[in-house]
Amino acid sequence: MTKEESKNGSDDMLIDGPKQGNVIPDGFNPNYLKVYYGRLFPHADIFKWMSYGNDGRHPACDKSYFGRREFSFTLDNDIYLRFQSFNSESELENSIKEKCPSKIDIGPVYSVDPAKRHAYAQGGDNVFAPVERELIFDIDITDYDDVRYCCSGADVCLECWPLMTVAIKVIDTALRDDFGFDHILWVYSGRRGVHCWVCDGKARRLTNEQRGAIADYFRVYKGNENSNKKVSFPGPLHPFLVRSYTEVLREFFEEKLLLSQNLFSTEERYEKILSMIPDESVTSELRGKWQENRRSSNSKEDINFFRWEQLKNTLQSGKQKVQGLRRCVEEIVFAFTYPRLDMEVSKHRNHLLKAPFCVHPKTGRVCIPIDPKDCEELDPTTVPTLSELLRELNTGDSRMDVDNEWEKTSLGKSIRFFRSSFLQPLLKSCKEEMESGYKAKIQQTKNSLSW
Amino acid sequence: MEIVPSQRTRTNTPNDSVSTLPLYRYAPQLEVRLEDFEVFAMDRLRVLKGISDALARGKRPEEMENLVRDLWKANMRHPEASEEVNKDIISHFVLRLVYCRTEDLRKWFLSMETALYRYRFLLRSSEAKRALMAEFDLPCKAISRTEFENVKEKLEQVARSFDQPLPTADAIFYKVPFEEVPELVAGRRVYIHKGHAYVAMHQVVSLVVTQFRSNLSKALILTNRKWTSTIREQERDRLTPIVEALSMSYLGPDYSQPKEFGEISIKDLDQLARSSFPLCMRHLFDKLREDHHLKHGGRMQLGLFLKGVGLRMEDALAFWKAEFSQKVGAERFDKEYAYSIRHNYGKEGKRTDYTPYSCQKIISLTPGVGDHHGCPYRHFSEENLSAALGRMGVGSRAMEDVLDKVRNRHYQLACTLTFEAVHGSSCDAGINHPNQYFSDSHKILQPKISKMPVSCLHLLKHRDPCSIHYWDIFQGTECMPPCLHRTIMRHKEAEVLGISRGFNAVDLLQFVFIFVVQTPSIVSYFFQIVYLYKLMC
Repeated sequence: MTKEESKNGSDDMLIDGPKQGNVIPDGFNPNYLKVYYGRLFPHADIFKWMSYGNDGRHPACDKSYFGRREFSFTLDNDIYLRFQSFNSESELENSIKEKCPSKIDIGPVYSVDPAKRHAYAQGGDNVFAPVERELIFDIDITDYDDVRYCCSGADVCLECWPLMTVAIKVIDTALRDDFGFDHILWVYSGRRGVHCWVCDGKARRLTNEQRGAIADYFRVYKGNENSNKKVSFPGPLHPFLVRSYTEVLREFFEEKLLLSQNLFSTEERYEKILSMIPDESVTSELRGKWQENRRSSNSKEDINFFRWEQLKNTLQSGKQKVQGLRRCVEEIVFAFTYPRLDMEVSKHRNHLLKAPFCVHPKTGRVCIPIDPKDCEELDPTTVPTLSELLRELNTGDSRMDVDNEWEKTSLGKSIRFFRSSFLQPLLKSCKEEMESGYKAKIQQTKNSLSW
Repeated sequence: MEIVPSQRTRTNTPNDSVSTLPLYRYAPQLEVRLEDFEVFAMDRLRVLKGISDALARGKRPEEMENLVRDLWKANMRHPEASEEVNKDIISHFVLRLVYCRTEDLRKWFLSMETALYRYRFLLRSSEAKRALMAEFDLPCKAISRTEFENVKEKLEQVARSFDQPLPTADAIFYKVPFEEVPELVAGRRVYIHKGHAYVAMHQVVSLVVTQFRSNLSKALILTNRKWTSTIREQERDRLTPIVEALSMSYLGPDYSQPKEFGEISIKDLDQLARSSFPLCMRHLFDKLREDHHLKHGGRMQLGLFLKGVGLRMEDALAFWKAEFSQKVGAERFDKEYAYSIRHNYGKEGKRTDYTPYSCQKIISLTPGVGDHHGCPYRHFSEENLSAALGRMGVGSRAMEDVLDKVRNRHYQLACTLTFEAVHGSSCDAGINHPNQYFSDSHKILQPKISKMPVSCLHLLKHRDPCSIHYWDIFQGTECMPPCLHRTIMRHKEAEVLGISRGFNAVDLLQFVFIFVVQTPSIVSYFFQIVYLYKLMC
């Protein structure tokens, strides 16, 4: 798409023209959003999700539940509307279509409708405070800038994206096996990271302190540019770390990251790794070998592999006089590959997070769900963009029924996945919880009535 | 609890706990003498304050156990042994009244009472512990032999990771939902599987403490409500003045309302940063000047500190804008950052006037990638810390003392030593708050300057070209703190300082003359210096 074409193309949107040359230029355009919200964005699914089964059909439903959820809209001119709330699916849908926000954030469920918050005191009983909120995680690849050489800042490529894949695997396994959560949604953030929504009832009712504890459980990397060693294991590893290392991290480091990031190829790079070894004799020995730059043995093997093996041998052979060397290899692997979470996002219930299926304003990509069992398949450079989707709409079969237009586009796969592996099991479990809670209550009242 | 005048004697009635470690669930049905009301509370407050100081100084758990035992013995005994439990309960409830009234007071009281309970629990025998556990409504179950065998390997891994003895065949483990033991989960001190944590007997205290804390937290809110609605008015002439006096006596000022030194202006900031900021704030300030940006944690820590120091909101906005616009542009600053500065001053959102962070809070923060907040004594590597302290003017001998404190994790003591080295005067109270560091520093520096004659003030403010030599000695700082007077008056250091910088004796004498004569405290040293340099010439 050249600049001239894009200038011309933005005026006439050719949405209804059948199979004409698709002149929808790339990029993010507020007019595109209107079409997106009008025909593709899954309003009903978001509503069903956020209702958690409180759709009014069951006697135990809380009809006020959806209305107490905070949404926030970022409008085109950077105007930020907080504490938006809606009482029905149509209210939500109409507001989104009318306001056309460039970003939709989801906040917690409050004790009362956020629109009425000013009527409530700051303290005491009648307080306006969060009562439920999904357990969320935000992993951003810019937090790994000190260990990736291919990109920096907001850029992402196929060499460094696997760091996100690895993060998903480690965290997802822990959430399911260790914490016992089932209803977990992973979402591509649209540019350079991933978000995680844990939606089990137990998770939604966690306090800030409990969330902080989970975030700390996951925390390994500590410190910033002023401390030398950011990962340190004073003793043998906790079972969670052992599992992460043996099932995911070691293989990833040794077979993928070493090569893709050329971790040992230059002096600057290997010095960074040497600075993580607290023993002068070891580091000078290795430095001596590497400074010569040539190695005598087979030159077929990649230099990174070769030097890593040398490092491991030097560390693991011989008696370790210095205490800190016993787990140095693991420390290095963790420093490069272990997930780095944003603690603040997870700790506070009132933290807002971008809704799935939003479009990222800078890249035009849709925030689609990721299947944790298949997360290597996600390629951030081929995630559907807004303009691609609109092109697909145009060229799609115009006879198809208007209700599920997303089926014509590559968004269809994502929405189907969202429904089948996340939404349906979640709603089923919500209903079951509601049912059993209701039955228990009925039983209780029966018992209390007994003579 | 019924408060009676001193003459009446007290009748004892059984309270809600049989053991010697009460749960403070219900106010006791006792009559309390008015004088006991205050005395008991003060005694307990001494214990709590002792715990607070020890925690701030980074004492280890074993040391804390002993400390609590000693503190309790020293303060909470009663001539009649049977009265001790009553004193315990009464003092707790009185302090509840005192500390329920604001969020900060509640938070402090909750932390200290929870710590007190924790260590008193730990001091009890195993049977006593088990009995105490039964009094709580704990959702935990001991696991069976078979289950133990199944998870034994994982339990051993956890034990090894903390250098704990491996669980024996008859060890008792409790299975508990993970959310009941957040501290253990956070520290990865337990094995978790499918939402359940496997807690060892010695860790059970965590369960108990969590519950205790949660119960007390709720109770404090209720107490506050009762206080505001009825008690305060009812007891206007009797208890209320005592209660209010008690809360003032032990907690330091929170620096939310900057008082003594009035306002400071933006142009003073660079100089003040060099002379009076503690290392944590100086680092943030320098990084802000360097990068023209700070992440959220840094903005909060430094921003609130500046508020406490006396920077008005308008000046704060101008200051941050001047820096940030060099990186992100003025427009973006107004859009994205100005709001949170106004928020800090209580002008937005729920209009809370946030208080500047204390050392305890700052030490507890964990800076991540790209962050510069937190306590540098805790997070900087030794080299970086030495370099930073050197830039502040800490000499090599003091530096070694500071680093020694850091190695033993006594971060506030390290900061105190830094203060003493930089200012040349002792700080007996110890540093507990960055704004305290600033105000103490300012107190030392300010009066001396104002006592100087006009010519000196002129030199200070306008950097008269003929005074360039003097400024060069002290790296061009615009303000000559008296601490440096004393420093140069110590002969050896004077020699080193003067000679190493290659200036001539005449200059030094002239400089010394101006300052020393105006500062009576070191007049006596003046002649020694003159003598010394006469020898040199």
